[in-house]
Order: sequence, then structure tokens, then C-alpha cells
Amino acid sequence: MSRFLEVEDLKVSFTTEDGVVQAVDGVSFGVDKGETIAIVGESGSGKSVTSASIMGLHNRRTTKISGSIRLGDDEIVGSPDSRLRELRGKRMAMIFQDPLSSLHPFFTIGKQLVEALQVHNDLNKSDARTKTVEMLDKVGIPNAAKRAGEYPHQLSGGMRQRVMIAMALMNDPDLIIADEPTTALDVTVQALIIDLLKTLQREFGTAIVLITHDLGVVAETADTVAVMYGGRVVERGTVRDIFYRPQMPYTWGLLSSLPRLDDLRTARLDPIPGSPPSLINLPVGCVFRPRCQYHQFVDGGLCDTARPPLDEVAKGHSIRCHLSANERERLGTERLNVTTVTSPLKEGA
Amino acid sequence: MSDPILRVTDLQKYFPITKGLLRRHVGDVKAVDGVSVEVSERETLGLVGESGCGKSTAGRAMLKLLEPTGGRIEFEGRDITGLSRRQMVPLRREIQMIFQDPYNSLNPRHTVGTIIGAPFDVQGVTPPGGVKAAVQNIMERVGLNPEHYNRYPNEFSGGQRQRVGIARAVVLRPKVIVADEPVSALDVSIQAQVVNLLEDIQDEFGLSYIVIAHDLSVVRHISDRVAVMYLGHLVETASADDLYLQPRHPYTTALLSAVPTPDPDVEKRRARILLQGDLPSPSNPPSGCVFRTRCFKAQDRCATEVPVLRELATGHTVACHFPMEEVSAAVPTPHTRSAAATDVSDSPHLPH
Repeated sequence: MSRFLEVEDLKVSFTTEDGVVQAVDGVSFGVDKGETIAIVGESGSGKSVTSASIMGLHNRRTTKISGSIRLGDDEIVGSPDSRLRELRGKRMAMIFQDPLSSLHPFFTIGKQLVEALQVHNDLNKSDARTKTVEMLDKVGIPNAAKRAGEYPHQLSGGMRQRVMIAMALMNDPDLIIADEPTTALDVTVQALIIDLLKTLQREFGTAIVLITHDLGVVAETADTVAVMYGGRVVERGTVRDIFYRPQMPYTWGLLSSLPRLDDLRTARLDPIPGSPPSLINLPVGCVFRPRCQYHQFVDGGLCDTARPPLDEVAKGHSIRCHLSANERERLGTERLNVTTVTSPLKEGA
Repeated sequence: MSDPILRVTDLQKYFPITKGLLRRHVGDVKAVDGVSVEVSERETLGLVGESGCGKSTAGRAMLKLLEPTGGRIEFEGRDITGLSRRQMVPLRREIQMIFQDPYNSLNPRHTVGTIIGAPFDVQGVTPPGGVKAAVQNIMERVGLNPEHYNRYPNEFSGGQRQRVGIARAVVLRPKVIVADEPVSALDVSIQAQVVNLLEDIQDEFGLSYIVIAHDLSVVRHISDRVAVMYLGHLVETASADDLYLQPRHPYTTALLSAVPTPDPDVEKRRARILLQGDLPSPSNPPSGCVFRTRCFKAQDRCATEVPVLRELATGHTVACHFPMEEVSAAVPTPHTRSAAATDVSDSPHLPH
């Protein structure tokens, strides 16, 4: 079974003054058209490096990349720049976190959008212009024809993010990578942007890779989720698997760290002790071992010596963990019962 | 309830807009316009709102880090509004601040020992047992290794730096701490550690907090009472549970409905109130109610008459001519997870 985007055993490392940074270490996931996969993780988990690799945006001189990224019939890893340039914008596009620094301050937004269109299409100026205004209109920018003549600084943050989305959609790509698209925005604006992305996805059947640290946004938008930690995918499954049947101690920790709007304040948060690992000199065994409070339930110190493989525990639900199924069941219920994500866990598996 | 330890009445902070060579005064950015809040001993007040609503300016003006344009600030019943910088110095022992960015709020050339001990220097006091002992003691208390006394901020992670900021704020044993976005720069798992730490030291030292934040889930978790700001104005104040279960101001209702919950089933069920349009400029706010340009309940009266804060239920004040109906099941069952979510989806249907 091959999905539209298939990332397999992706490894990315950089050489720095301090040593080799293994930013991404054996990441696999996939997404089909019309679907959204969320890649969740904290800073330094490798989620943004993964997305940059899909776009082929890594620095070729300093970055070592192996594995496979297939987009339809194209293999991204090892493709020449000329081919990548054809793919970027046309078949895959990216929405960045900060729209102000991703738009050129000297050119009107109309000019920047027209350029994005003319790179890939043989269109004359007035046709390109018409299409640009149409697209701005589609992403909900009022008075689009006039707005196209304005500069990025004249627009609010939400409007700029809409321009970024318009630019990403300009050539009707099959894949959109959205790297923290709403992190810089207020919640009321975030709600509008997410709403817009979902509507456009329905209309165009785009595959979306959503990179985020906000589990609320994930619950709202994703079909499948990959949780990353220390450059590896530690748990992968449907959105319901991750929120209602999480099997990996790091995911438990993430869920129980979150204060929730629908909880009383009396419940104390249950954080993960310690801080994320440095990607230089990662531990030999499980990357999460130094912060995991359950390693004593695994026999023979396996967590210190062996890297857990990504095992499928149910259909479409995989984890990296040495805990036995029984222990996971017992500990997971215990952990999530005393904190926030209580009831849903007991729901039918 | 005991007397408030810090009471702010009708606080205003205007930033003048000047024009031309003579810097002619042509208008004001009304960053904070008539905010009244109070916080009692051991209480936490959350101050929430979106970027540009004036919550940070309000926090700074309360501490007189910015000179307020108008209003009155009382600390333990004493009017401190007119005090000079010099007169404020002894009061700084009682009122402290925690900043958002743990990277820019610590001097990179000083050791954390010097940073945490600086308040003793400024105040010219020596704690019993010496500064170093006091600093190491507080370092241990906030979860830092006291042996790292001589390290520099760049040797610490973001979460640890925020602990340094907290240690510096509590080392003089103040009574009130204003924390401006204390956890928003931190990762989720670290954020929870710091939230717990803030709660622990509040219990231990009997602190009152004013927590300024845009993350409504964090504010709900940490606050006893919450004040919501919009464009420099206070629009609603209530106990944390009342505010989240029974928001009465249309803006609060929309704001709460916009926050996604980490629960896919709840997300599927709920309806969002999408606010259209942009935040108006605080230099030229709308007439009448400042929220009316984006409000789904706005009527003619909202354009002409400024709504004043009025008490709709005990401890629940709202500045709105047409507040949301009280949800009929007045005693919500807070233990069922869906309580808040249902409230939101019961909200009136809005033009999309």
C-alpha cells in the first residue's frame, strides 16, 4: 500500500562544531490526498527538519540525508535541484509559521503571488493578475483587488497568513506542508485560519502535513498523528489512537502535561520530568529513557541498551517502547486516570 | 474575602502620538483605558486577552514600571500612584515581576548566582546567613542545583532559565508577583513543570499573583479569578469556573469557543463562534462599545453608549448592553468533561 506521500526510514544529520547532530533518525509516515497528518513534538524533536527535507530545502553541503521520500512517482531524496524546483510550488507547497518574514517586504502581495504563478505556468500578466485576485478572494481577503496592491506590512497577521495560504495554493499543489501555521496568531484568528485550511482541503483534495506542538489543533484537524521525540517517531496512529488509546509513555506525559479548558483547576498537572535530549550523543537505547518513569517495568535494562523498534500494536497504530502490552495497559490506565485524559481511555478499543 | 492586597482602580495608560518637528500632540494610543482589578492575599488573578489588548501594558503600569496616565493603585490600602521612582524602591521588595522571555530577561554576562542575588544588592539588605546561602536556598527551592551558582544563563535550558527568573522574583519574599506570560515560551512538558512550581511557591510563601497570559487553558488552570481585556478595556471579570462555564460577554464567549481542546470527539461536536474583521486601532477606538465592530450581538445602542461594568451575579461583572443569557442549568456539573464544550455549542448560531 503506497500513499501519496510516503516517507520511509528518513535520516537527516548535520555536521556542526560540536559534533554530528542526528536531527531525524529513521522516520516513516505517509499521507493520502484529502488527508491530514499531524507531526507533533517539542522543540528539537526533528519535526521541522523532517518537513524541510520533504520540500528538499536542506543545505546539501552540510546535511546528510538518507532513506526515501516519495511524492506520487517522484523520489525527493537525491533528486536534482532542477527537478525539485519543478515540484516545489507546483506539486508541494509550504506554509511557514511567521508570515511576515516569509513575505518580501519590498513587493506588493499581488506581485509576489503573480510571480509564484508565472514560475510554473505560461501565463500573461493580466491572466495571472486575475487568477491572483480570485485566489485572494477565495482565502477570504476582503476587497481582494485592492489588497493585491498592498505591501505585507499593511496587512494584519491573520491576513498575511491568508496570503501565505493563497500563495501555497496558487498552483493547486497536491501536498501542503504547514509548519506551525497558527502558532504566531491569536486564538480567534487561529480558528479562522484552521477553518479556512479545512475548507480548502475539502475543495482541492490536498494532502496536508501539519507540524505543530499544539495538541488542541491536532485534535481539531488531523486524521493521523505521528508523535516525534529526539528525532524519532515514538508513536503513530489515528487521531483517536493517540488521544484515547495512547501506548507510549512520552505520549502519556504530553497529554497529562496539558492544562485543559474544560477541567477544574484543582487537578494538578502531571509533567514529564527533565528536559528533551540534545541531538548530539543521543542515548544508545530508548531516546526517552532518561525521562521515562516506567523503565523499571522492563526486564534486563533493555531500555538502556536496545533501541526499541517501531512495532505495530494495533492496525495502523505503532509505538517504540519496550513495555509489554499488559504493562502498558496497566500503567497507561493508571497514569491517565489520575490526570486529565481519564474517561475516554476506557472507551472501546 | 479579605481586603485586597493590590487594588487598581480605573487605570489608564495612554501613549501620545506626536507629529512634526515640534512633536505636536495629535492623539493617543489608549493602550489601557479604565481597568479596575484587585487581588487578595494568596489569590491568583488571570489577565487574558489577545495581542494588542493592553494586558502587558496594564501589568507594567500596575507596578509603575510604566507611569500610569490616570487611575489609582493601592498596595495594602496605601495609595502608591503618585510615588516617585525613589519612593517606589522599598515597595519593590513587596511587588515583583516574572518576565516572559527567559532568554532576554537574564543578563548573559552575570552568573545566575549574581542574577538571583541582585535584588539584595538593589535593596541594600543582607539576609541572615549571607546572600550566597539565601540564593542557594532559593535555587534549591525552585528546582535548580545550588552548585550551579556560578554558571551563566547560556548553560541552562529555557525551563531552567525561567526557574532562575522565578527565583529572582521570590528571593526577597514579596507579597505580590506580576507574571507576564510566564510559560508561553516553554515546551508543553516544561510548561507543566513551571506551572506546578508557581503553584507550589504560592502556597509556601503566601503569594498573590497577577498572571498575564494569552493561553486560556493555562490561565484557567492557575487562576482563581479571571479578567478579560479587549482593546484596552476590561470586558468581563469572574471566578475562573464561572467565566469558563458561564461566559456572559460575547467576546469572552467567542474567545473561549476558539480554543481547541485536545480531545477529537469534543472538537467534532463543537461549534465555533468565528469573529470576523480585525482588531480596531487603539488610537482610534470605535465609539460606544469597543467590541461592537466584531460583535455578533451588536445593536444601535452599542455605537452610542459605552457599556459600564455591572455585576450580573456575585463576583461576575460584565461590560455589555446585551450579555449572553445565563445557561439555564445554572449549576453546571463540572466533573463531566463535556460541560464546558456543551455550553459553547449551545451558543447562538452565528453568521459564518
